[in-house]
Amino acid sequence: MLGETGALRSATIAVLVENEAGVLARVIGLFSGRGYNIDSLTVAPIDDKGRSRITVVTRGTEQVIEQIKAQLSRIVPVHKVADLTVEGPHVARELALIKVVSRGEPRMEALRIAEAFRAKIVDTSIESFVFELTGATEKIDAFLDLMRPLGLVELSRSGIAAIARGTRTIE
Amino acid sequence: MTATPHAGSTGPFPNADLAPGAEVLLRALKEQGVEVIFGYPGGAVLPIYDAIFKQNAIRHVLVRHEQAAVHAAEGYARSTGRTGCVLVTSGPGATNAVTGLVDALMDSIPVVCLTGQVPTHLIGNDAFQEADTVGITRPATKHNYLVKKPEDLARVVHEAFYVASSGRPGPVVVDLPKDILINPAPYVSASANGHRSYRPRTAPDGEQIARAAALIRSAHRPMLYTGGGIINAGPEASRLLTQLVAETGIPCTNTLMGLGALPASDPHFLGMLGMHGTYEANMAMHGCDVLINIGARFDDRVTGRLNAFSPNSKKIHADIDASNINKNVVVDVPIVGDARLVLEALLAAIRSDGGPDREALATWWRQIDGWRARESLKFEQSRATGAIIKPQHAVRRLYELTQQSGRETFITTEVGQHQMWAAQHFGFEKPNHWMTSGGLGTMGYGLPAAMGVQVAHPDALVIDIAGEASILMNIQEMATVAQYRLPVKVFILNNQYMGMVRQWQELLHGGRYSESYSEALPDFVKLADAFHGVGMRANTIDDLDRVILEMIACDKAVIADIAVDQGENVYPMIPSGAAHNEMLLGPDKNRDNAEVTNAGMVLV
Repeated sequence: MLGETGALRSATIAVLVENEAGVLARVIGLFSGRGYNIDSLTVAPIDDKGRSRITVVTRGTEQVIEQIKAQLSRIVPVHKVADLTVEGPHVARELALIKVVSRGEPRMEALRIAEAFRAKIVDTSIESFVFELTGATEKIDAFLDLMRPLGLVELSRSGIAAIARGTRTIE
Repeated sequence: MTATPHAGSTGPFPNADLAPGAEVLLRALKEQGVEVIFGYPGGAVLPIYDAIFKQNAIRHVLVRHEQAAVHAAEGYARSTGRTGCVLVTSGPGATNAVTGLVDALMDSIPVVCLTGQVPTHLIGNDAFQEADTVGITRPATKHNYLVKKPEDLARVVHEAFYVASSGRPGPVVVDLPKDILINPAPYVSASANGHRSYRPRTAPDGEQIARAAALIRSAHRPMLYTGGGIINAGPEASRLLTQLVAETGIPCTNTLMGLGALPASDPHFLGMLGMHGTYEANMAMHGCDVLINIGARFDDRVTGRLNAFSPNSKKIHADIDASNINKNVVVDVPIVGDARLVLEALLAAIRSDGGPDREALATWWRQIDGWRARESLKFEQSRATGAIIKPQHAVRRLYELTQQSGRETFITTEVGQHQMWAAQHFGFEKPNHWMTSGGLGTMGYGLPAAMGVQVAHPDALVIDIAGEASILMNIQEMATVAQYRLPVKVFILNNQYMGMVRQWQELLHGGRYSESYSEALPDFVKLADAFHGVGMRANTIDDLDRVILEMIACDKAVIADIAVDQGENVYPMIPSGAAHNEMLLGPDKNRDNAEVTNAGMVLV
């Protein structure tokens, strides 16, 4: 099949959709039905015109990514598809809520590292913290690596939200 | 609740044009120009059937299985260029329709399928005859809707017809909970504003047209390869194609879906291409230097092994669906647009700047004529008394005798060897006269599709070229045929095998004919009789013409059971995983170095 060979790249794709029942299932069904990868996916309504924005991070050869964009574009409730990775500089951020349970020195160390990462403490008890950390995926990954030996017990990540830099918009 | 719409009512929709949902639905269908619905009743759609009972504008054809309703609507759509309409009940009604929906999706046929649903307050409760119809049909349709609010009903129905018929056509499901059909709903007319998000592009980009025209002008060995997109773009697209071919002299092949776009009798027509295409069509695909694909999708049945597909050509691909471009084959000039508009623009560009070099083209034609001289569709039919009928000969005679009858003839098929022989040996002079299940390859397609064609064209000769295995998959539709006195002709090429399975077992699996013999076949003559039709049988060559002529002359439904050679295979054949220039031309002819590889074995 075409696209089986060639360099893989990651693509952060923004999809503007009608906020209607089943639209997320159509997008996810496209990826599973045609055998594409989803590395991250986020969705939320974005305006009062009844539209939502889906940000999906995927991987594939250039041809596969072109196919993904073309397939997304032909879903009936899709307004617009933008490949942020190739259309210019963009910012991509995610949010993580990280629960760390520990006492004594490990707890102090977790607190010091959280300060260095500018993580917020959004909940605490005498033996736990819930940190809120926002940033690029690599930053969150680095923080998690440090927290693991210090009592990391639970994690919730939002997946990536992304937007183009400068005055450029998806529309 | 009143049975007639009335204005100025109070309640949730003041000043609205209110009527029970089922009546609003029928009014919307009428506004969309629906004349006939193919359907089957059930609990969830009883309000619609009640509304149908009370009106005369829309006719209902009662099928015997919901799958057949969709195929009938496909046959109706493909032979008229209009959108077919289906009505089925919830649960099993909807799940039975799924095969038909995927068939319409793969072949880009406009169909709107209305499905009943349990009332909104019961959805999700595993109610009787409840199925997650929008969930099940999401990948089986171009788009689908679940109507949850009365105020959405009319708008959604109009939108469904727009989505089904515009851009690349396809099936659309509208799931209708029973309370929506009973409660009052406001009527609105179709909006002229277009869709909020869905705006298919139909006009081609001028710059790409200019690039395409320049490539065609520079070509020494150009080749046109056209598909169902031309048929879907309407008869004018076929006329433009014929004109383009006539003015430029470019050779042209059609896909299975595209047959009839260029008259089969046109000397520029090289026949169908692909796995069972002609030698000249496939060799010309392999040898051309500029390939012009209009409305075809480089399907695997057509391309053969991709890395050997048309290796030395610059490729132009015009398709209404941008996702078809660069999907299987990388092209040099992509054109997104409707085939008719693309052909119009191409023809204008070529008229103003000139077509390919005539001298080079003449050399190219000499090469093609050399390939033609191989006569790849040739077969030997013994004329001796009592000789066994070759299936190819049966199709040839059917073609010739229907031609002689002067009747307008529509051909449908089931799926398998008989389908390929029909595509190879029946000459299609016009678009919209050939309906076959191409993409999905649905056995059981032909009889219900023929019903749909006959409903749309009551006076025409409608023939389902069938195999004895396929026909049994929707044989119950003979009852529908009887009820509506549809004079459909079923022409069975009976070799007592699932022929295409048998052929692959012979060529790829050491002749182990596992489960492909049609054991315990019914007596088709008696079967026709049981369904109030006329049965005929041809056992030998001596019977064939008489049976065909009697069948054509008969004003009732006919099953003609034609006993044909059991060992006959479809040739030429590009084995799976082989290239266009590696065709098997026949059992006793030289193989053009074709071998079935391990990589080919895993392909279907």
